[in-house]
Amino acid sequence: MTVVDERALDRILPRVRKPARYTGGEWNSVAKDWGGISVKTALAYPDIYEVGMSNLGLAILYDVLNSQPDLLAERVYAPWPDMEAQMRSVGIPLFSLETRHPLREFDILGFSLEYELNYATALNMLDLADIPLHATERGPEWPLVIAGGSCTYNPEPLAPFFDAFVIGEGEEVILELARTVARWKGEEELLRRLATIPGVYVPSLYQVRYRADSTIAGVQPRISEAPKTVHKRVLPRLGPIPTHPIVPFLQTIHDRGMVEIQRGCTQGCRFCQAGYIYRPVRERPLKEILAAVEELLVNTGYEEVALLSLSSTDYSRIEELVQALVERYQDPPLSISLPSLRADAFSVELAELFQGRRRTSLTFAPETGTQRLRDVINKKITDEDILTTAEAAFSRGWHRLKLYFMIGLPTETREDVAAIVELVRKVRGIGRRHQGRRTEISVSVATFVPKSHTPFQWWPLVSREELEARQDILRRGLLRQPGVSLSWHEPETTLLEAALSRGDRRLAPVVERAWRTGARLDAWDEHFDADRWQRAFQAEGLNPDFYARRERPLEEVLPWEHISSGVNKEFLWAESRRAMEGKLTPDCRERCLDCGVNRVLPVKRPVLARGENG
Amino acid sequence: MAERRQRLWLAFAVEGSLKWLGHLGLLRAWRRALRRARLPLLYSQGFHPRPRISIAFPLPVGFSGERELLDMLLTRPLPPLEVARRVRPHLPAGLSLKNVEEADVRAPSLQSQLRAAEYLVRLTSPSDLPQRVQELLSKESCPRERRGKQYDLRPLIRSLSVEGDLKLRMVLQAGDRGTGRPDEVLLALGLDPSEAAIHRRRLYLASDRS
Repeated sequence: MTVVDERALDRILPRVRKPARYTGGEWNSVAKDWGGISVKTALAYPDIYEVGMSNLGLAILYDVLNSQPDLLAERVYAPWPDMEAQMRSVGIPLFSLETRHPLREFDILGFSLEYELNYATALNMLDLADIPLHATERGPEWPLVIAGGSCTYNPEPLAPFFDAFVIGEGEEVILELARTVARWKGEEELLRRLATIPGVYVPSLYQVRYRADSTIAGVQPRISEAPKTVHKRVLPRLGPIPTHPIVPFLQTIHDRGMVEIQRGCTQGCRFCQAGYIYRPVRERPLKEILAAVEELLVNTGYEEVALLSLSSTDYSRIEELVQALVERYQDPPLSISLPSLRADAFSVELAELFQGRRRTSLTFAPETGTQRLRDVINKKITDEDILTTAEAAFSRGWHRLKLYFMIGLPTETREDVAAIVELVRKVRGIGRRHQGRRTEISVSVATFVPKSHTPFQWWPLVSREELEARQDILRRGLLRQPGVSLSWHEPETTLLEAALSRGDRRLAPVVERAWRTGARLDAWDEHFDADRWQRAFQAEGLNPDFYARRERPLEEVLPWEHISSGVNKEFLWAESRRAMEGKLTPDCRERCLDCGVNRVLPVKRPVLARGENG
Repeated sequence: MAERRQRLWLAFAVEGSLKWLGHLGLLRAWRRALRRARLPLLYSQGFHPRPRISIAFPLPVGFSGERELLDMLLTRPLPPLEVARRVRPHLPAGLSLKNVEEADVRAPSLQSQLRAAEYLVRLTSPSDLPQRVQELLSKESCPRERRGKQYDLRPLIRSLSVEGDLKLRMVLQAGDRGTGRPDEVLLALGLDPSEAAIHRRRLYLASDRS
């Protein structure tokens, strides 16, 4: 085994920004001796250290793998271009942070794919590791290249580059996968064996046929061992909370302890992919969370903890949890962050509890400006809720509110967008009444991108002209109001995200060409080049609009049709019809809607009614 | 209550990959290590309470250090040896605690007491090092520009000598009245700082008897 020489690194690190991104050694990082290890996994995140280190999924897998005496996991992130240039010029291959082994010496290289704009970066990392890009070019001597994360619910645009994708929750399947690799490594048989593991999708074992109109005729397994539909993996019970996570030296995006208090969400917002793919909801017992926070703080020295979930306010004992943490950690007070608060007075009371006197800012997501459109997307809050929340927040001392909206939603009109301006004006008026000129409203607007496995998966992305017109309405209406600021995403990244997220295998050459012509770190404005991607689509004779802006009929075979989140297509279609009729669908804590997840997956009565967590 | 507070000065070394952290990274590493050690740290007031710790002289990214200094306040006194015993198991590899001593709670800050620092620089070339050093030392002034500001490096060099084959030892002024940087000295000698391994051996404080 040859590790990357420390002296060689010492010569290039003075020439790069933030060299600590590449040197590891953080508290709680695990550098095992490679002797006696049967399967070595490199866990990769296709973005830089500060982003990748904030990913909870990889932190969990790191913990799961390193807890096994005969397995190990190490980390690797994408280098910033300054480091990439240095590595390429002196011939240092991409290496792991823990022991500086080149990636090609691992048995498994596992990527976390959470964002379509990271795809080119994943290819760049393979190339930097001197690993052939295409699975067909990699013989048995190469690491098995796999991926997990939410993007693998439609992994087709990356199909040729990966040996296998893990669909769903990785905690159990990663061990089954590692054991299978241990047994069959280096043998032809390996891929077939992997295909028999529930939740593992081996793309090379499937054939996709197309119709003359370019839509998909069908996806068939090439061999009998490969299942016709790959069902996601889901844990009947969440595993232990990682309580000795790596403590980075650098400031990362989430520089705090992370405790997942529940997984899944019962709200059923129709635009939200996470709300469908992470079903069913599973709460962690209050006691377990409190014990984990204590251990986490002792093991890390963190002063702040984030209680993670898709909808904090839905955790059945949230108030008790926050109360207990505030009481337990007073000197100095523990900083608590609670994402995804619902816009209601209860959330403001909760924030009052955990923000103490600090009252920095509160964030809520009305999503739309009109009730009509909010009903379409099944976001079950009213205009009145929003105004009451603003009233509660401003009257109790907050002077800054962050409001998240989406534009480009199905059935949206310019009147709906203009209503956002009105809603913000009303909220600002309430702020002015209580906080005067100190009132600040930051409005963040995302463009709706239809995602696979949601009721809006058939729906087109809004056209560029219309998007610009709607943005203009916001710009003109909001920026005239003093104290209101506005931010949004570039329309070009939105188109790429939309095309890749609902694309098929024919997009792989586009991703490859974009990468070959310089695409990487596309999630960073300073690196993203829309023309480069446009040229890559053109050169491959494909139009991103075919994937992004075409309304798809029910009969069409979707590129991800052989991947199942457990929620069946009929349910999603029915939901999309209800959306068009503006009908709300209740929270599934109230009543099971039989979306299919309970039938396919071995989870018995997973959804707790409020107050049942004990 | 205030009279029960305790001020401690910790001498520590930074080596190996930890030299790439930079000042803020090092401070963050210390803050978390001291919290893991469960010391009765004194916190600042305000909405974002922070432990009252400070580092005498920021260690630039890429420099190793042999005897850096950290100042911290505790809410109640502990024997320095006890503090050392509790802290050591919580330090990441590359960060080591050399000494803990008690200081006067009202003592001026370490930053304000800083006067100079000694560096050892390991080079890979050239052979005419002694001549270059002689030349620099014989100058009355050595005007340089850093971040758009003109300054004279020469009076900041207290001593500069060649040690062994390719090693430089230098003592440079540091603190409120002007700080000489070893990488600037290397540039003045016509050398590339990124080719050099710079090690800070010690800090000189106003209170030092030496």
